[in-house]
Amino acid sequence: MRTITKTLVSVIAAASLLVLAACSSDSSTDSGGGSGGQHTGGTLHLTAQSAGGTLDPQVNYTLQYWQLYQGTYDGLLTYARVGGKKSEDIVPDLATAMPKVSADGKTYTFQLRKGITFSNGKAVTTADVVASFQRLFKVSSPNAGSWYNVIVGADACLKTPASCTLNGGVVADASTNTITFNLTQADPEFEAQLAMPFASVLPAGTKAKDEGTTPIPTTGPYYFASYSPNKALVMKRNTHFKSWSAEAAPVGYPNEIDETFGLTAEAEVTAIENGQADWMYDTPPSDRLSEISSKYASQTHVTPLTALWYLALNTNIAPFNNEKARQAINWAIDRSAVVKLYGGTSLASPACTILPPDFPGHADFCDYTKNGGNTWTAADVDKAKQLIQQSGTAGQSVGVVVQNDSVNKGIGLYLVSLLNQLGYKATLKALSNNIQYNYIQNTGNHVQMSLTQWYQDYPAASDFLRVLLSCASFHPNSDSSINIAGYCNTGLDAQMAKADDEGLTDPTAADAAWGEIDKAYMGESPLVPLFNPKLIDFTSNRVSNYQFSDQYYMLVDQLWLK
Amino acid sequence: MAEVTVAIATSERGTPRSRRSAGPWRVAFTQIAHNPVAVGSAIALVIIIAVCLAAPLYAQFIAHTDPFQSNINGTTVIDGHSVAVLQQQTQGLGLGVEPIGPTWNISNYFLGADSQGRDVFARLLYGGRTTLLIGFSSALICCALGALVGIIAGYFGGPVDWVLSRLMDIIWAFPVYLLAISLSVVLLTGGLKIGPIVIGPSNLLLPILIIALIYVPYVARPIRGQVLSLKNREFVKAAIGLGASDWRILRREILRNVLPTVIVFIPLMMALNMLTESALSFLSIGVQPPNASWGTIINDGLDLLYTRPAVAIAPGIMLVITAVALNLLGDAVRDALDPKAKLRGAA
Repeated sequence: MRTITKTLVSVIAAASLLVLAACSSDSSTDSGGGSGGQHTGGTLHLTAQSAGGTLDPQVNYTLQYWQLYQGTYDGLLTYARVGGKKSEDIVPDLATAMPKVSADGKTYTFQLRKGITFSNGKAVTTADVVASFQRLFKVSSPNAGSWYNVIVGADACLKTPASCTLNGGVVADASTNTITFNLTQADPEFEAQLAMPFASVLPAGTKAKDEGTTPIPTTGPYYFASYSPNKALVMKRNTHFKSWSAEAAPVGYPNEIDETFGLTAEAEVTAIENGQADWMYDTPPSDRLSEISSKYASQTHVTPLTALWYLALNTNIAPFNNEKARQAINWAIDRSAVVKLYGGTSLASPACTILPPDFPGHADFCDYTKNGGNTWTAADVDKAKQLIQQSGTAGQSVGVVVQNDSVNKGIGLYLVSLLNQLGYKATLKALSNNIQYNYIQNTGNHVQMSLTQWYQDYPAASDFLRVLLSCASFHPNSDSSINIAGYCNTGLDAQMAKADDEGLTDPTAADAAWGEIDKAYMGESPLVPLFNPKLIDFTSNRVSNYQFSDQYYMLVDQLWLK
Repeated sequence: MAEVTVAIATSERGTPRSRRSAGPWRVAFTQIAHNPVAVGSAIALVIIIAVCLAAPLYAQFIAHTDPFQSNINGTTVIDGHSVAVLQQQTQGLGLGVEPIGPTWNISNYFLGADSQGRDVFARLLYGGRTTLLIGFSSALICCALGALVGIIAGYFGGPVDWVLSRLMDIIWAFPVYLLAISLSVVLLTGGLKIGPIVIGPSNLLLPILIIALIYVPYVARPIRGQVLSLKNREFVKAAIGLGASDWRILRREILRNVLPTVIVFIPLMMALNMLTESALSFLSIGVQPPNASWGTIINDGLDLLYTRPAVAIAPGIMLVITAVALNLLGDAVRDALDPKAKLRGAA
């Protein structure tokens, strides 16, 4: 999920979950529901510089609202809404249990829970599930073509979304309350993709268009009461909600949650310090970090993310159509300097690989560090200069395109300084955050080097390697070409397909294969991994029971308010 | 004034004798020289300009630093101890990195470092060169263009006046900063290409031309008004009557009389243009990094306001001093070259 600025860590599930677990029995069918006991109540005030766009869960692709969807929308499956490593487990949500998968991996059968209602009082039925998947294509959900295209009938839906039926692809049987997904091919990540907010189950009557600021009825503990992108988003308790699973649908604690928009990050920090807000979505500005980490240490939560900040080198135009020039950049980049520009060693770790540490498929190696080893220790500028001389690209112009916020621009300035030192003639172009990401994807803009980030959608190696580097992700002259380096290696594509197949039968072997693929890509150097970031959550002093899910980040509705 | 004034002087012994009086320029200069505010402003400006011009010497021989090169992992020596230029926080959770603050040692990070580990004082001097260059160049271009448009429009009148005046109206119709921002955003993305002339996005000519252009109406309008008035004066009518060509009248009668007004405009426009340049650079659409101007340094300091305010405050102070000095000097020049304006002000 690229637009996100946060991800993973492990904070151990706290006492609240034990309380919840105690009052809501096991994870399959019990009622749970009820109140959260003594910690229930109050209004949680969140704040963000700006709104996160459409409220439609099948369209929105931002962490800002994905974090809120955890307490509002449900799909057949979900990632466990708990803190710590368990949050990486996929658990049944609206389904009574994990699906029955056919031997060939092409059929998934779910049993839908009974007795669940939307916030408008209507019961959730199998028809709602089918309609939701049809709608996913009708509203051209961002990943409809890349995640859900394995469903039978998806090709027709992608061609003519308005008449999408997914005939034979999603089959409901109201008499047995089952839903069956038929796939064109086995997909080891299908369950993960069903656990994403795009696959939320919505009322069948929901309009087949991006609902924008109009809230759609929810199944979770809260519903969206109002949304004004220039002012605030208000979530209220869903009176029809009864928890059916402590892991998938725990009861929320605050009675109401609101998120106000418009403050600067500086003002957000001050508001939290003064108790006027309880949490800020945005990262605290760099000049407030020492203040919050010393004066407000108990209210500051730092967690590592499965994310990567990297440089994309355009492999189709000079000078980085030359492999040695690309490798030179990998040798020359001082990762420790870039980490400092991000906020220091407490907020980021130098990266050598495309797959983040502790991520499925990650292998420990570091091809571009002085004196060798598995971790990055120092840059080798002399070697880089040597490679640049060999490549014959010295003296060429290089344009670096970054976002215009202070961290990105700071790294951009460092890159320009380094490139000039290496013998290139570098210039910096800092573009608005809204524009830069699409701009650098379009080959028509002839961007040579760009700074960007990738945050996981779900824990799978392909979510990094295939998305960022496969031939299928490269679309020349398109604003939507996530393979920004424009690198296409059919041999490595074939290896990824093979690793996918292995994942169905032997996940350990598949992980090893993904590690090898990562190493092979690093040898070609279409990307320059810079660092793996950490996330800061700054909360007010009336907030407790902070939990961090690797998938959903801070569990907003599990916070207790004094 | 174009006319020569002759004064009659009387010798000590009462024998009248004639001599040429001091010319208007000399009178004006003498008047400015006796104005302590103007002299103080001029001295301040001279010092600022001289110090800024010496920036490369300071960087190379005193501070031994390259103000355009990032120095993120660099170290320096303070009180005999080697310290990192950018220091990792150690208190509490240890979040964040802070550049070193002012050392008040002229040869070593006098005003501290910015977030790239660069010497702020050295950048301040280099930034001053850029800001002063842009302010002065754009003021000259602006006044020259404004005078040209105003004189042609006012003297020839009719359709020429109508076209030029409407053109000025169109430029003036836009809020000046909005126009500057729009032009900057467009031109700084791809540069300017007019036939064989190509100006790159990082070229300082772009902000100079943009700023000069947006303020042309501010100069052209009053000049046009003055020319309309001059056209009806006796000496111009006499020249016309004597069969002087338009070119000669424009050069000898009109231009000479509007020149003091143009000169008065130069320091005032320079101050205004410097502020505009700083505003554009602050918004990242003026001088492009790694070049420095006072506006870009203020922008660099924005994220250090809580911890290292000197980075933003120092260029701000320099801007204020320079702009105030230019305005005071401009007022003095105006009073000296156009005594009527002073009388009008007193009335």
